[in-house]
Amino acid sequence: MILIGIIVAAINGNIDAVTTAALTGAQTAVDFALGLIAIMAFWLGIMKVAEEAGMIRLLSRLMKPLTAFLFPSVPRDHPAMGAIIMNISANVLGLGNAATPMGLIAMKELQKLNRSDPKTASDAMCTFLALNTSCITIIPATIIGIRIKAGSVNPTEIVGTTIFATAWAMLVAVVLDRVMRRVYSFRRWR
Amino acid sequence: MFLEMVSLAAKWAIPVILFTITLLAFVRRVNVYEKFIQGATEGFATAIKTIPFLVAMFVAISVFRASGAMELFVKLVSPVTEKFGIPAEILPLGIMRPLSGGGALGITAELIKTYGPDSFIGRLASTLQGSTDTTFFVLTLYFGSVGVMRYRYSIYTGLSADITGFIASLVICNLVFR
Repeated sequence: MILIGIIVAAINGNIDAVTTAALTGAQTAVDFALGLIAIMAFWLGIMKVAEEAGMIRLLSRLMKPLTAFLFPSVPRDHPAMGAIIMNISANVLGLGNAATPMGLIAMKELQKLNRSDPKTASDAMCTFLALNTSCITIIPATIIGIRIKAGSVNPTEIVGTTIFATAWAMLVAVVLDRVMRRVYSFRRWR
Repeated sequence: MFLEMVSLAAKWAIPVILFTITLLAFVRRVNVYEKFIQGATEGFATAIKTIPFLVAMFVAISVFRASGAMELFVKLVSPVTEKFGIPAEILPLGIMRPLSGGGALGITAELIKTYGPDSFIGRLASTLQGSTDTTFFVLTLYFGSVGVMRYRYSIYTGLSADITGFIASLVICNLVFR
């Protein structure tokens, strides 16, 4: 992407834009990570308390039937399950601020279970991210806000269409994840 | 009615979770302060750990956008996509969506402002914004936080979901709003 960008910029004659863009890009990344410190420290603190109090284990036990199907390689009572469930629930409710820390906790727990090379994604990680990036949001709050500001007659009319489209996305992600897992494990054996 | 209930649930979710956790910890005699500090320290470390990964990705996307490479790409594919009934106005959004959340939101806001929130383009952009995700960003952040560099098939599943979301948005919006 950087290569294409630089070549196109050189042809268009705005090569100095590349330098500015690279530096602002780096700045955005660091700003984001600094903002992440606050919510990460807060939520990981809370989650540690919850784990210690036994709440995560309780939650993962409740959701066992569903998660056992999606994540066969993760032990049922493992803290990773609790974090995955919390992340997906936060996503469904559209609580972005809470969803990210839960997701990162889930990744950390999944990494502990990663039996192959720690630099390579495990099956469970791939499934989790497939779910995460295609997850249904019941209330797309941000977009409704934009529509209200723009003076829409019916700002929530897009909720139905959004849920329809995202449900398809989720279905495809879950099915494809299953298929790809087979394909990749087959490749490894050969 | 249903929407009100869900938004109520969203409003109450975090206070209720905080209350339940603290209460349960109190009942089970967990040292809340000590455990909180322990977790928060880990949170700090994780956030810092993501910086190099995020810098790499944001720089690449930023250069790609600023150079005009995206406009070029849109110009190249739009004759093809228009044959499938995809409005040319919506295409930049479809391409930007998996790359940059902020960028995509900017395009959506712009489209809604230009065409009006209740126009077909406005509704389609709104649906699209809600039904697809910033796949590249999520993958970089989540994998980066644990130091994973080989994503295996994750990128394909994520992008397929985005493309499906895009197509499903087009279909349903054509059915409902046309």
